[in-house]
Amino acid sequence: MIAIIDSGGANIASVKFALERLGADSVLTDDIDIIRSAKKVLLPGVGAAPVAMQRLHNAGLVDCIQNLEQPVLGICLGMQLLFSCSAEGNTPLLGHFDASCNAFKPTKQRSVPHMGWNRLDFCHEHPLLNGVDNGAHVYFVHSYFAPLIPETVAACQYGNNFTAIVGDKNFMGCQFHPERSGPVGARILQNFLEIPS
Amino acid sequence: MLTKRIIACLDVKDGRVVKGIQFRNHVDMGDILTLSQRYADEGVDELVFYDITASSDGRVVDKSWVNQIARRINVPFCVAGGIRSIEDAKAILNDGADKISVNSPALERPEFISELASVFGTQCVVAGIDSWRENNKMQVYQYTGDETKTIKSKRNTVAWAQEVTRLGAGEIVLNCMNNDGVRQGYDIEQLLSVRKAVTVPVIASGGAGDYTHFVDLFRQTDIDGALAASVFHSGKISIPNLKAYLQAKSIEVRV
Repeated sequence: MIAIIDSGGANIASVKFALERLGADSVLTDDIDIIRSAKKVLLPGVGAAPVAMQRLHNAGLVDCIQNLEQPVLGICLGMQLLFSCSAEGNTPLLGHFDASCNAFKPTKQRSVPHMGWNRLDFCHEHPLLNGVDNGAHVYFVHSYFAPLIPETVAACQYGNNFTAIVGDKNFMGCQFHPERSGPVGARILQNFLEIPS
Repeated sequence: MLTKRIIACLDVKDGRVVKGIQFRNHVDMGDILTLSQRYADEGVDELVFYDITASSDGRVVDKSWVNQIARRINVPFCVAGGIRSIEDAKAILNDGADKISVNSPALERPEFISELASVFGTQCVVAGIDSWRENNKMQVYQYTGDETKTIKSKRNTVAWAQEVTRLGAGEIVLNCMNNDGVRQGYDIEQLLSVRKAVTVPVIASGGAGDYTHFVDLFRQTDIDGALAASVFHSGKISIPNLKAYLQAKSIEVRV
């Protein structure tokens, strides 16, 4: 069973449906035991970092997530939550990746949120990239970004270069929405499902 | 580089996709799921489903198809039409929509935008603006889903675009009513005015009739995406051909 952590965002259903399209069963939950015993864990998230962290604290999930040993994939805000801090409300995050998330600054050519399809620029090999072409487009929606770090698997560029895919041991994340990124996103989710638990 | 988005709009009436000319005389264009799947397969970047009757007759969009779409397709989609409460929005987002778009209800009660943004995040909240240009003035229109109820609001388009952004809209779809359905090109002038007035993404709507109209739009403005309906539904413009054409003109698109 795959656990999708109910981080309180409204449109989490689309992650569950994307897994269904790949033939994988999942459960949307904030139950610590279900999450701990799941083969794989997805941490989706939309909205604001302080609200999402508060919800994880309230559900007693912070320690639980930090200590998971099975493959974990954070999506969008869920990826950022794996970092140490967000400039959004100066919020301490889960802290697996040692870097802070900051806000995009709008310019004449670059509106914010960064919303739409942008290119992946591969940084190093990773199972999540199997069968994906360097330069493939995926769908982003976010106003804050994680910087490039040694664990950045793929970067993206929108004024700043930022982390689009991150991976270290069992903790992985996608800044974009694989569930809404067409065949490329489906392949990345499939790759995650195929990572041994 | 962030690509320019090509967005197909499916006007929905009684569970079918329809299209009218300048919001009138709706003609049946086909089944929602079939058309959505076709567009996703063809590489559309996003879909917008707009229940054109909902806002003017007080109904909320029929939710069953939202869920079917969310299960079936793997590109983002937005649902518009008659979303008047947090509960309306929550039901649609929980059913799997990525964004909700509000138009007339925001004109009635602008703080509705901030309420939606604070609950769901700005990235979920799109402000739809129907704008009519007359003697160099751009005015927002309301209840445009039903011509017998359509009224000219008191609001200036640029000021309203800035207001909705301040309130928390994460994107604006500017529908230029003069050009809607007449296939003479996007209203570059109106779009430039709104684009430079706000920092959130702005999507152009109304007027696409030929491949060159998309090139004009993306060359002459910093608009983030182009929305069209009838030219896509009728097959006059195919999404793969459009993308290849734009790419040949050095406009960055997802192919």
